[in-house]
Amino acid sequence: MSTIEGQDGAWEMVIGLETHAQVASKAKLFSSASAAFGGAPNDHVAFLDAGMPGMLPVINQRCVEAAVLSGFGMNSTINLKSIFDRKNYFYPDLPLGYQISQFSDPIVSGGWLDIELEGGETKRIGVTRLHLEQDAGKSIHDQDPYRTLVDLNRAGVGLMEIVSEPDIGSAEEAAAYVTKLRAILRYLGVCDGNMEEGSLRCDVNLSMRRPGDELGTRCEIKNVNSIRFIREAIEFEARRQVEVLEDGGAIVQETRLFDPDRGETRSMRSKEESHDYRYFPDPDLPPLVLEQSYVDELRAGMPELPDAKKTRFVTELGLTSYDADVLTADRDNALYFEAAADGRDAKTVANWVTGEVFGRLNKNDVSINTAPVPAAELGALVDMIKSGKISGRQAKEAFEAMWAEGKPAQTVVDELGLSQISDDSAIEALVDQVMQANMDKVEEYRGGKPKLIGFFVGQVMKASKGQANPASVNAMLKAKLDG
Amino acid sequence: MSPLSDLLRLDIASARKGLADKQFTARELTEAYLAAADDARALNGFITETPDQALADADAADARLLAGNATAMTGMPIAQKDLFCTEGIRTTAASKILGDFTPPYESTVSGKLKADGAVLLGKANLDEFAMGSANITSAFGPVTNPWTPEGAAAPLTPGGSSGGSAALVAAGAAIAATGTDTGGSIRQPAALCGVVGLKPTYGRCSRWGVVAFASSLDQPGPITRSVRDAAIMLGSMAGHDPKDSTSASAAPVDFEAALAGGVKSMRVGVPREYRADGMPAEIDALWQEGIEMAKAAGAEIVDVSLPMTKMALPAYYIVALAEASSNLARYDGVRYCAREDGNDLTEMYSNTRGTGFGEEVRRRILIGTYVLSAGYYDAYYKQAQKVRTLIANDFNAAFNDVDVLLTPTTPSAAFAAGDVDDPVAMYMNDIFTVPASMAGLPGMSVPAGLSAEGLPLGLQIIGKPFDEASVLQMGQAIEDAAGFDKTPRLLAGAKS
Repeated sequence: MSTIEGQDGAWEMVIGLETHAQVASKAKLFSSASAAFGGAPNDHVAFLDAGMPGMLPVINQRCVEAAVLSGFGMNSTINLKSIFDRKNYFYPDLPLGYQISQFSDPIVSGGWLDIELEGGETKRIGVTRLHLEQDAGKSIHDQDPYRTLVDLNRAGVGLMEIVSEPDIGSAEEAAAYVTKLRAILRYLGVCDGNMEEGSLRCDVNLSMRRPGDELGTRCEIKNVNSIRFIREAIEFEARRQVEVLEDGGAIVQETRLFDPDRGETRSMRSKEESHDYRYFPDPDLPPLVLEQSYVDELRAGMPELPDAKKTRFVTELGLTSYDADVLTADRDNALYFEAAADGRDAKTVANWVTGEVFGRLNKNDVSINTAPVPAAELGALVDMIKSGKISGRQAKEAFEAMWAEGKPAQTVVDELGLSQISDDSAIEALVDQVMQANMDKVEEYRGGKPKLIGFFVGQVMKASKGQANPASVNAMLKAKLDG
Repeated sequence: MSPLSDLLRLDIASARKGLADKQFTARELTEAYLAAADDARALNGFITETPDQALADADAADARLLAGNATAMTGMPIAQKDLFCTEGIRTTAASKILGDFTPPYESTVSGKLKADGAVLLGKANLDEFAMGSANITSAFGPVTNPWTPEGAAAPLTPGGSSGGSAALVAAGAAIAATGTDTGGSIRQPAALCGVVGLKPTYGRCSRWGVVAFASSLDQPGPITRSVRDAAIMLGSMAGHDPKDSTSASAAPVDFEAALAGGVKSMRVGVPREYRADGMPAEIDALWQEGIEMAKAAGAEIVDVSLPMTKMALPAYYIVALAEASSNLARYDGVRYCAREDGNDLTEMYSNTRGTGFGEEVRRRILIGTYVLSAGYYDAYYKQAQKVRTLIANDFNAAFNDVDVLLTPTTPSAAFAAGDVDDPVAMYMNDIFTVPASMAGLPGMSVPAGLSAEGLPLGLQIIGKPFDEASVLQMGQAIEDAAGFDKTPRLLAGAKS
């Protein structure tokens, strides 16, 4: 647990995160309306989503599957019986007057995930539970001067609420936790992890205490929707609480809002104003009962998760821990690397991917799936280096062109006329030619100036217009000069 | 063609034969009912009449009869309780708050009847949101019980909440009607109007498209003139519905064929706890007669105990109202319904719900909200759910020994609205029907005799889950033995 310094000594942050992850599913949690992002307002609305009389919820099997897979991804217990409850409150974007959620008996309990900290250290963060619940609609206050408009496209979309233990001790750890959780969910294909579209968002619970003290009073910062904002919100809120406490004040338990424009948190409502949600089991939905065989089947079909993949990259492919980390942080990146490295030298491919590919992705702000150089073409390029057809330097030139023009490796190499002279007789001819033209230097070398080898290599490469294989040139020169 | 009044006295089984034998057409049958519409109107049995729809349905039924693909319900002019959403036809739940709400969808149960060729005469009156035992909470006015005696100071109520349905069937203004039963809303009005009312096992009929009162208790069922009709109509209404997660996947049953099973050596339980304090002598006497009828038909009578019986009513009013408070939250004036504007959101909610809901509905929402509130949940809602489990256990234990239970349906005959002014006294009407509701069991009321004032009284048969067959068999035996053939004073078409 890292600490922050106040005016009179150190303070410890205690953070727990509630993450809402939208299930990657075509339909909503209890209706067949589309769960896709966007669409014209109120275009993705079934009668149930609009709270029409007599309409009933039917659970979407895909969302159940997503919850179970996520549970496995977080080393959790899958509860074979769970219960849907109604959380009652009035709001215009909540058409039924209640949210269907899971309160006392969630589908997933317990678990943990390991986060990577600076310096390669890992820390285990406990997971309390995961439950399924409906998203609400959207109230739009800024499109009409007098009225609030309501868009129900999101109403009823399936969310997984994942609650962490208060094991998180800093903004960095919180960021690492969300990064890791997001990676796991994306690996499992259960959430697209798109924080800008709201597919993944966090409520941050934070309190401060003196090291060793009891837990302090916490505040909850609602709906923070980027990892950067999570850091900023935590840093601001921690400083705010320390200031209040050091001034002799007390923290009021309340819900706060993070304002990214001002980089500050503001009070939304205090505990006294908090709702009495009157949770009770939804009588429209019998308890959700899962067969052990169904759960086992899902477990058997689990894809490899980031931790396992990372370990395999290190132990089986011989990558460094750092490279393995970078390559496995995102599922699509890892899959790209694996496709490019298939049947090739993993370290070489890893260098290309982490260097050339990731560098350009970051620079151009594109995702790996839309990269102009597909994995197979990167592989083809690496093959040409290996066979000696082109040099490493030429390969970089070719890669640049492939990225810019989106053409296959072979085409680019042909168009640029890149090829490397590896043929021994051709190199020998060049070596002989250079030695004859520089007999004085040959004498000097043989007289005890071995450093002149560099000169000869340079001359031969120049004569070959850079196309000779440098290793072959070096070997040939050594043999002739020393012979 | 027979005289109109004769057509109006037929039950489904006889009308089916008349249609098959071409004694009359579905159109003639429907026209007979439409001609008696003034009499139905005098009872205020319908909230919405659909004569054009009825004639179109009747013609379609005649075409089916001609083509030879008619079902038992084809051409039967029925009323739908106005709690069933009907596509393109206003659905009110007898509440002001729904305004002119016209559903763009058809409830599963009304859709099944429609698909089987039933003719829709209109939407029957009911207690607002099915909350009541006298049909006096309807925003469209009370329903008159057709048994109201000549010169009565005030009209008798038909019971509730399916009061319009029961009154229409009793008065000959609909051959049969749908009802819904949450704590007795089919059985009690059927008893008070002298007709048959069957609440099936919870989950037997789909709730999809039925305006919800209490989701864990609501169950659609038929109100008919005979036990056979109840079997026929249930056959059309029942069945698994993937759109209702609480709908049972029980195998389909030919309920009418099951009637032939009879009651020989059937074991009939008589629960001693139903002998409530202050039970009127005539109700007790009717019960004894029913026991004798069952015996005479070859059944064995067994004394059984259901110790939790007296806890059922209070527990019911906690569970049902808790669910109702949540189910009715959607009527907020935001998307549909009659909105009453206000200066802010809270005021709009308050105005809309305060004026849209009637007094009894508001009372029930408040009680339901209270029992779910923090600090009261454990003492009320949770406790009531425990009681509910114990009630079900009682029934399970009794059904180890017997096939059906026989009890009175109501603690009294029909009463006038002014006779019961205390809401809790009104709730007592459900005392014999609520326990089976809490356990999700099938129950049926069969008219079995008359009170001293000449008003109908019913006996209730309760069965095991999904054993409507035994309930119908015992009901048939009571019906045969009682020979109840009295008709109410206010009879549709009587003047013609």
